[in-house]
Amino acid sequence: MRTRIRALSAAALVAAALVATGCSSGDPTPGPAGGGEVVLRGCTAQNPLLGLMTNEVCGGHVLDVVTSQLMRYDAETAAPVYDIAESITTDDAQLFTVKLKKGYLFSDGTEVKAENFIRAWNYGAYAPNGMAQATFFEPIAGYADLQCPGDDCDANKPPKEELEGLQQVDEYTFTIRTTEPTSNMELRLGYTVFAPLPEAFFADPKSAEFGRTPIGSGPYKVTSNTATEIVMEPNEHYTGAFKGKVDRIVYRIYDNDSSAAWADLLAGNLDFNDIVPGDQLVGDAWIAELGQERTVVRTSGTIEVLTVSPNDPQFKDNPKLRQAIGQAIDRETITREIYGGSRTPATGWVAPVVDGYLADQCGKACVYDPVQAKIDYDAAGGYQGILSVSVNGDGGHKDWAEAVCNNLRNNLGADCIVNLTPDFRTLLNQARDGELMGLFRNGWVMDYPSIENFLTPIYRVGAASNYSGYNNPEFESTLTQAAAATNLAQANELYQAAEAMLAQTYPTLPMWYRTTPAAWSTRVDNVVVTKMGWIDATQVTVHQP
Amino acid sequence: MIPVIIGATFILFVLVFALPGEPWQGRCGERECPASYIEAFKREYNLDKPLLLQYLLYLGKLVQGDLGVNFYNNRVIDELAVRYPTTVKLALIAIAVEIVIGIAAGLLAGINKGRFLDSLVVVSTLVVVSIPVFVIGSVSQWGVLQLHLNDIFPVTAAQGTIKQLILPGFVLGSLSVAYVARLTRTNLVENLRADYVRTARAKGLSTGRVIGVHTLRNSLIPVVTFIGYDFGSLMGGAIVTERIFNINGIGGFIFRSISQRDGVSVVGAVTVLVLVYLVANLLVDLLYGVLDPRISHD
Repeated sequence: MRTRIRALSAAALVAAALVATGCSSGDPTPGPAGGGEVVLRGCTAQNPLLGLMTNEVCGGHVLDVVTSQLMRYDAETAAPVYDIAESITTDDAQLFTVKLKKGYLFSDGTEVKAENFIRAWNYGAYAPNGMAQATFFEPIAGYADLQCPGDDCDANKPPKEELEGLQQVDEYTFTIRTTEPTSNMELRLGYTVFAPLPEAFFADPKSAEFGRTPIGSGPYKVTSNTATEIVMEPNEHYTGAFKGKVDRIVYRIYDNDSSAAWADLLAGNLDFNDIVPGDQLVGDAWIAELGQERTVVRTSGTIEVLTVSPNDPQFKDNPKLRQAIGQAIDRETITREIYGGSRTPATGWVAPVVDGYLADQCGKACVYDPVQAKIDYDAAGGYQGILSVSVNGDGGHKDWAEAVCNNLRNNLGADCIVNLTPDFRTLLNQARDGELMGLFRNGWVMDYPSIENFLTPIYRVGAASNYSGYNNPEFESTLTQAAAATNLAQANELYQAAEAMLAQTYPTLPMWYRTTPAAWSTRVDNVVVTKMGWIDATQVTVHQP
Repeated sequence: MIPVIIGATFILFVLVFALPGEPWQGRCGERECPASYIEAFKREYNLDKPLLLQYLLYLGKLVQGDLGVNFYNNRVIDELAVRYPTTVKLALIAIAVEIVIGIAAGLLAGINKGRFLDSLVVVSTLVVVSIPVFVIGSVSQWGVLQLHLNDIFPVTAAQGTIKQLILPGFVLGSLSVAYVARLTRTNLVENLRADYVRTARAKGLSTGRVIGVHTLRNSLIPVVTFIGYDFGSLMGGAIVTERIFNINGIGGFIFRSISQRDGVSVVGAVTVLVLVYLVANLLVDLLYGVLDPRISHD
């Protein structure tokens, strides 16, 4: 029976490949010979395919292979390794000298030079250009001069157009000076927002065409981009060390419907899939169906927390109450029963995949102990009235929020209700406007694999994602010291100390880390699933029939 | 027709923009977008202007046949051009299924009123009507995978080729098949009792001619009305089927655009839908005359 399935699915694959390589009118022309093609599960990019704009995974997965940066994250360990950079040196974690490899080309054949970085970063940081990722340039000296006074770009233009901290030394060398010491600068430079941009971009930066089929310095280039799929083919000018093996990558758009992608994977129409329907996750049915050799589960660089509303008077200055609530939540059971194991209970505020992770930082509030929780809860005065747990209704969060509420009702006797907002946007808006009381959901997906990325953007005063209103001078100064550290180990120790401070007041209650299921078809080999939970498209190969 | 379009676009425009939440929220991953990004976004899409002015600017373009640019900086006309052909193909397959299977079943049941075949059609259509479409869709996918028929009936239809759309077309048409069969049957049964049928029989016409030419034709008028209406609703309302089979159609596009507050896309897509409804109704009206010459179009 097994062999019959294989034989038939091979036939199906040939048919699928014929269909997939045909243009949208559907005429079955065979694909190019050689490395073959892989079909990856995709979703609609929210912004133009530009590192300066793309901050979600849908566009990010495409940019991963279409752009290259000074550094690249190693697929296995997520440690940064030199890509375009020949070397990056610094004595004080504040002035970095970057030397580029010569002969690194964009997909239009032009060479990557120092000015391609400087101009791209200046463009990204300059507020009137409205780049979504502008804040990543904040550490670079002179960033403030590129912002519009009063945040009003219609009335006031920024005083300068170029970052003072970027200086070109020669064609292949430039320096980066940061306002404050930034010990993990090297690591950050691997993120796609720091990709160089070619001359062609600056000719017409608003070009919709460039946003659809960008010119980058990565191993692949986008050759077509439609509502149904994004096709990538090798960049023939690529000279870097991460050349891809396959001749075509098809990024097929599924718009988050897990059942269609799953059916396609089973039918052999799809080669790599990272969303598995909930019913398949139960009891690991999907692993039984495909076998261990075609599946992997990765803990990803994400965390889900319940943020304690900074406007709720009952929680104000009552860390004991916060801790008791955290202690009364049975994360183990919820992640198993509701998520079928696709979440791992959190024991701190930093996902385990990153450099500098330390387990059990959260302390008592993350260890389920209903008896002690009840004692502490009563000692802390309890929560009077209705305790609401707010989650967005469009992301499948209702079930676990109900479970958390049940825990709080049964273990603590709290009058807990789930408050659903229509969507994520509304939740963020209400959180920002201070309309939410009690607890509300927040998630974080790391931008680059560092402990720092889980602390600074979320708990620093004035940070865009500091929904908990956390404000602790000691925490601030520890972060500053950590940023100034000259070696990574010392920096990590300081970041860990800062993380431990969160357990004094619990601005948020860590819930769980997301794990990403990944499954692939029988016709691909050398599947490496990165720490980010995505396939390394430069290593994958296809069997030749 | 023009007041219908202006009315529909205005109401939609106001409704979409009245929804809570902003179009740029959620575009910056799990964090807030920078103020400069929001400002540039508003400027680019006229969101900094009053709603009425936004609408008039939009209408001004619409009059010239320009459906505008959506929040993804794509021309709405291009977005629709990708999806409408797929949706039309899917709807036509579904309609063809309805016509062929539905009318045949109705005819058989009507002629054999009260006998086994009639009961079979009535009961089986009742069963089909009572099953939600996502159950039929998922079960059919599962069945195809179990029987290894994926290369004949692909389980998803990302590219929207005719071959890929056959399975979803059947699923989509299955509900309406039941209605068409029942409508045909009821009308046929009623008309078979009419005086003119007796006259025709008395004249010595063959049974085939009596039923095929005289009775069925008359009985099809309500069926054609239903199919015309159904075509319109299948165009925009096939969201569930589209999602199950990963079809890039209009229904899913409208759904996604609403949840992303992409008003320009919603209004553009629906405007075209209104046109489709109007044209489908016109066709139905014209067909009445063909089916029953007593209904004249003078």
